[in-house]
Formats: sequence, C-alpha cells, structure tokens
Amino acid sequence: MTKTMFEPSITSRPVYGVLSPGVGSAHLFVADGEGAEAVCDLFAKAEAAEMKSASHIIYMPGANGCDRSAALQALGVAQFYRAPSFASAQPRLAKVLADAHMGLQVYAAGTEGLMAQVATAAQAAGLPYEAVQMEHRGSLARRVQCVHCKGVTENVTLDPFVCSHCGLSLFVRDHFSRRIAAFQGVNIDAEDPGLVPASVERFK
Amino acid sequence: MSVGAPKIPVVVAEVVEVNELIKRFRFVRRDGAAMPIFSGGSHVVVEMDDHGTRRMNPYSLMSHPADTMGYEISVRRDEVGRGGSLYMHNHVKPGMEMVLSQPVNLFPLDARAKKHLMIAGGIGITPFVAQMAQVETMGGRFELHYSVRSPALGAYVDRLQQHYGPRVHVYFDELRQQIDLKTLLKSQPLGTHIYVCGPKGMIGWVHATAKAMGWPDRAVHSEEFLAPPVGLAFDVQLAASGKSFTVQPNQSLLEAIEAAGVEAPYLCRGGACGQCETEVLRCDGHIEHNDHWLTDDQKAANTKIMPCVSRFRGAALILDR
Repeated sequence: MTKTMFEPSITSRPVYGVLSPGVGSAHLFVADGEGAEAVCDLFAKAEAAEMKSASHIIYMPGANGCDRSAALQALGVAQFYRAPSFASAQPRLAKVLADAHMGLQVYAAGTEGLMAQVATAAQAAGLPYEAVQMEHRGSLARRVQCVHCKGVTENVTLDPFVCSHCGLSLFVRDHFSRRIAAFQGVNIDAEDPGLVPASVERFK
Repeated sequence: MSVGAPKIPVVVAEVVEVNELIKRFRFVRRDGAAMPIFSGGSHVVVEMDDHGTRRMNPYSLMSHPADTMGYEISVRRDEVGRGGSLYMHNHVKPGMEMVLSQPVNLFPLDARAKKHLMIAGGIGITPFVAQMAQVETMGGRFELHYSVRSPALGAYVDRLQQHYGPRVHVYFDELRQQIDLKTLLKSQPLGTHIYVCGPKGMIGWVHATAKAMGWPDRAVHSEEFLAPPVGLAFDVQLAASGKSFTVQPNQSLLEAIEAAGVEAPYLCRGGACGQCETEVLRCDGHIEHNDHWLTDDQKAANTKIMPCVSRFRGAALILDR
C-alpha cells in the first residue's frame, strides 16, 4: 500500500506527509496496521541506519487485522513494543513522553485516528502539533465524535452512521478537532426525524 | 499601534540610572487612570519630540504585567545610533509629558509550554523581567540564562538573583563565562520552549543550535528590534496620496512618510511585525531590505518594502501609499 491521496477539503482537515529520518537525540514511532510499512520504508533509507540505536517503536495491529509486527521486530531498533490496541498503549506512550527530553523526534503512521491520538498525546506533553511527522497508510476508517452526546466512535466506515453511544444518525464531516483527535459527526435528521439517507461506505 | 487604538498620554514619574549605559524610566498616565494590563514580552512605542525631529522607538516593557499604576522600560545608551536612546538619556526627566502607544506583544510566552527557557544577552533582558514575573504568578516553570559583558554592566542581575534564586544563571564575558548551550539544550524536558532576546549573533546561534539538536521551530522564539539604519538620502514618490519627498540620511522611510502628513500603518517600527508592509509600484534601483519580515524571494522581487527599516538607492521609487 502506498501513500494515500486525499481530496482537497476544508482547512481543519489534517494533511499528511511521508516519514523521513529526523535529526534528534531519540526517535519515537507509533504505528498501527499498515503504518508499519511507512516505518520500514524510513529505515530502508541509508541515513536512518544510525537512528536505530536511539529508536523506540510502539505498534498495534490494525482494526482490520493487519499485523506487521514481525517486520518491525526485524528492524532491530533499541526498543520494540507490541500493544493489542492504542488504548492499551496509551499509558506507555504517556510515560515515554513524560520522561523524554527536547530533541526527541515523534513519528506516527497508519490510520488517521491513530495519528491524531499520537499528535494529541505529543501536544499534551508540550510539543507543537507541527513537530509530529505523520504518514497515512491503510484504512480510511475515521474516529468520529458525536457533537451531541460527545461520545467517540472508532473505525467509522459508513456515512451516515449510528452513534455508538446515543444512537443518533450522524453525518461525518471533514471538520476535525485536533484537541479531541476526531472528526465531527452531526445529526443528519434533526429537522426531519426519521428521514435518513442510505448509508454509503465512504471510508474504506 | 497606529490604527484605531488611542495613544496613552503619560508623564515621566521616575528616571533611574541603572549603570553607566542603562537608564530605567517609569511612566504613569497623565489623567491618573490605570494602564492596560499587558502580557510579558510586550513593547510600547515611545514618541519623542527631539528638538523638532519626531522619533518613535519601541522598548520592551519590564514592569510587572499586573502593575497597572505605571509602565517601566530600560534604555541602553547607543552613541552611534540615530539619537533616540541619547534623547531618552540626556533629555527625559521626571515630570516631562510624553506619549506611548498601546502595548503590543510580538514575543509572547507560549502557554502550552511545560517549561520556559529564557536566554538573554545584554539589554535583551528587559522582556524577560516582565515574563518571569508573569510565569511566577501563574506558577509556571522557567530558567533564565543571562549573558552580559561585566558585573558593572549586568543590569538587574542582583535583583533577579535575589528574587528568583537558582533559576537565574548569569554569565560575564569579561570573566570568560559562556552559556554551554549544547549541554543546556540536551537536558531540557519535553515541552520546553526557548525564548531568546539579545544581539543578532546570539539569536542566530540559539536558533541554529536548537535546530541541529532536533528542537521544533515552533518551540524556539526570538525577538530582535532593529533600529532603522542610517544611509544615503533618497527620493520617493507616493502614488495614492500624490506626494514626493526626500528621505534624509538619518530618517527612516516610515518617518519621512509620516512627516509628509501621510498616515501609514505600523506596530513595531523595528522590522519584525509586518504591519507596515507596502507595495512597490516602481523600483528603478536597489531596495536595501533590512527587515526580518519579507522572505528572501519577496526581497529579491522588489515588489514590497518595509518602510520602518528599509532604504533605497537608485533613480526612482514609487510606493502604493
């Protein structure tokens, strides 16, 4: 899977680049699913060889089952940690960031929800949003917050979809919150209750 | 601030000789009302009537941001400058009436930082005096590294060390003491932001060292006010207002525009903020771009000029003003 192309949209919609070896004292990678391939591509570059002894990879398989743990483990970086999910990796990520010094480079690769949550954790640790390198790989499934009940639904592929918390039918906007690390879902039948268009698989 | 905001009529309440190069001035409002609260890092533009020549110089506020009874600035005497600092040193006395702009902050603390690492060179200490007071009030974490020529010229060293204790680190050039920047930057916790104010060389050194050590650009902040350089006289034509005049050697283009009775926008008057950016309609010659605002490409194109600090050499300069 190569780099994903996104349609032009509103300015709040995040855009992503291609991971490249950064200059710094330590390197923290967080990836899910196919995001592992972006990390492997970075380490395939000659200038990344000397980064390995100062690199830490936190990885979790994708919600679609994609698991590239073996390829990442084979890179031979200083620390490799496989977590079953982002939620389970969160305490570790927070601890790593809390103990880190300026000079740490942060990289996120994989789904948008994963990258957004890594950027949010980095910002909570005081890093500017722009300091986190991001590369999208794999599923386009979205992490969506219901603007009505505030509940977040992970891996949304359908639009509209039913909020997993309050049950409203939500239209998925490109409006993105960096603070909450989620796209915004807005009730689609507020004015004409029950008049909900058929769901389409927009985020495969 | 040039647009909209009323200026602040003040009276000089106090003039203190801090050392042989630096004087501190305290201003209070003529009507006795409160000054606006400012944020650490703000500056005001002080208007001077220097025997018929109007001077407007920006100075960082160094009083406590919550002190609404008055504003304080420190001015370093510059013997070879255009004369603003000499006017402040030689002619401004307690009781004199002057005019200040509203405070403007081009060098604010980033409230998202976990720690503020402040690096000052010489008179660059002034914004940090206000910032440290502000951070302390908010319970934030900071460290000051202050480099100055000699103990005799170390303005506020004693006062700051006494008040802030080990958070203040002082380096005297004369004693061959130097900030060990690499070691300092290596040991900073994640979320630290750097603020640097001082000579051009110091600012460049801090930016370059931090970048080479993997600090994000947005975590490194600096402020350098340029005094408008003196130069050769040149002619300028203003297309919109239909005026033509000569800019004198020790006058800035912005000052000449103002002297011609044309109101032009400005904030910092030191090449930093971008407010006075002006379209160049015709340029038969060479613009001496002295600002920090325009990009290298914009400077090469000669279609914009920052009249607060930039000058011109050549046959004709026409501005859209």
